[in-house]
Amino acid sequence: MAKSYDRLEGKPHLTEEWVGKAYTFVCIMFLVITISSMVYFVASKGLSTFLVNGVNVGDLLTGLKWNPEADIPLFGALPFIFGSFSTSILAAIIAAPLGFCAAVFMVEIAPKFGRKYMQPVIELLAGIPSVVYGFVGLSVIVPFFRDTFPGQGIGIAAGAVVLAVMILPTITTIATDALAALPAGLKEGSYALGSTRYQTISRIVLPTTLPAQMTGIVLGIARAFGEALAVQMVIGNAPHIPHSLFESTSTLTSAITLSMGNTSMGSVHNNALWSLALILMLMTFVFVFIIRMLERRSKL
Amino acid sequence: MKAKTVDKIATGVFIGIAAFIVLLLASLLGYILVRGVSHISWQFLTSPPQTIREGGGIGPQLFNSVFLLVLTMIITIPIGIGAGIYMSEYAKPNKMTGFIRLVVEVLSSFPSIIVGLFGLLVFVNFFDFGFSLFSGALALTVFNLPLMVRITEQGLKGVPLSQKEASLALGISKWTTIRSVMLPVALPVILTGTILAAGRIFGEAAALMFTAGMSSPRLDFTNWNPLDAVSPLNPFRPAETLAVHIWKVNSEGIAPDTPEIAAGASAVLVILVLVFNLGARMLGRYVHRKFTATK
Repeated sequence: MAKSYDRLEGKPHLTEEWVGKAYTFVCIMFLVITISSMVYFVASKGLSTFLVNGVNVGDLLTGLKWNPEADIPLFGALPFIFGSFSTSILAAIIAAPLGFCAAVFMVEIAPKFGRKYMQPVIELLAGIPSVVYGFVGLSVIVPFFRDTFPGQGIGIAAGAVVLAVMILPTITTIATDALAALPAGLKEGSYALGSTRYQTISRIVLPTTLPAQMTGIVLGIARAFGEALAVQMVIGNAPHIPHSLFESTSTLTSAITLSMGNTSMGSVHNNALWSLALILMLMTFVFVFIIRMLERRSKL
Repeated sequence: MKAKTVDKIATGVFIGIAAFIVLLLASLLGYILVRGVSHISWQFLTSPPQTIREGGGIGPQLFNSVFLLVLTMIITIPIGIGAGIYMSEYAKPNKMTGFIRLVVEVLSSFPSIIVGLFGLLVFVNFFDFGFSLFSGALALTVFNLPLMVRITEQGLKGVPLSQKEASLALGISKWTTIRSVMLPVALPVILTGTILAAGRIFGEAAALMFTAGMSSPRLDFTNWNPLDAVSPLNPFRPAETLAVHIWKVNSEGIAPDTPEIAAGASAVLVILVLVFNLGARMLGRYVHRKFTATK
């Protein structure tokens, strides 16, 4: 009797369990296969510039002249690399102090107002599409810079300001979480010793949450580094290293955005653009690695 | 200086910067809405764009954005929730799981333009879907999956352990427990997260330029046969979305009213994203109240 019960009821049970497990496993494998093929395709395309077209890796990374359509094509991507790094790091320099101060305000000074009004607004800011940021940058920041500073307004400064506003929510949210997660005993101990709020913040809160704050900043830089359209709209897109912050230049992403549609697959120019994409992808790995290191440190 | 004076100054600075940020956000939203809303009219929302003359609208682009969002969600939700369930319930804590976690993290921090380029190479050229809504939806799926996985994991982690154990103790299989006990409890979190993700998809442009294309062929809004080339429902036609249109108008538009079109389209996009955000919050709260019988 018991055996027949098993045969009737036990097996569908196991089948059902097996189906569920298989389904979810297929889903996760889809994800893993997607990213593996992404790395493979971008890498094989990006490396073919060096392997098939014979461009020197060093020339591409350090060359100052980008002129792929000339009789003797030149593939110097240093201006793009410089543009990407300078805009994203400058954006982080602008956004990091602002984000930290906003987080301190929301957690330490006015928690009620912060939680209820400021945090939702900042999260809302994270949802605004990047093209809209680019549009506002083009119609507000660029004319403002053009009138205030010498130059045309477009360039690293405009790009950095637009990116700073874009990454502010990321940095603020992570800074807020880090401050809120700090054990209350640490702060109370400091207050009990008679220190003021500023002394507590600058000597206890900031040093202990520093790794977490750095995580937020690196995440912000990573986002700024990969942002394409908003930057492309305000940076001017001239392929050389500028002499001032208000002079037209390019980034890796803006170069790809602008030229990828106009070149044919397999041409040297097209392959060189894929090499830029490869640099972008490798930098993503570096950022993820740094974030992982920082997270390990902030756990200790 | 006395420590108390320093403290007062510092507090002032913190409050000042917080006020500056709130003001910045308010003026940003205000600027987009004030400049754009005056240009929004029924005619603007429904008519096709013009290349040289003024008076172009955003009708097809708006439709494309919504249709692409629906297509993407149809593909993303089953895969994303499945993968999230695996990571949260079935994955054993070993090296393989650690590796998958790293993969998800890397995928979520990939720049969207890389996802777009991958889509160009694989969906558009290799599988030969061409510049089409379908290629765009697949690229957006890749872009959105890590987020969906994280949302599902978060939702399932929030389910009380006692509920899960009670179901398992009744002899119900793990899969049925997940499906009929845990998922309903996790639904508010998953729902809110999904709608927020949808808002993000709505504004995405870099991943779509090279997959869904930058042109919108003439559409016949009376023809609803999905296999017809001029039908709006055909998923294998090129489709420029609203976000891509804003970019294109700004960088290469030659119509005399280009700034107004960009402003109007930006306002429409921002309003829709706001609706998604507020809608997600309200729906999440409502479903939570319904399911937990709290006030």
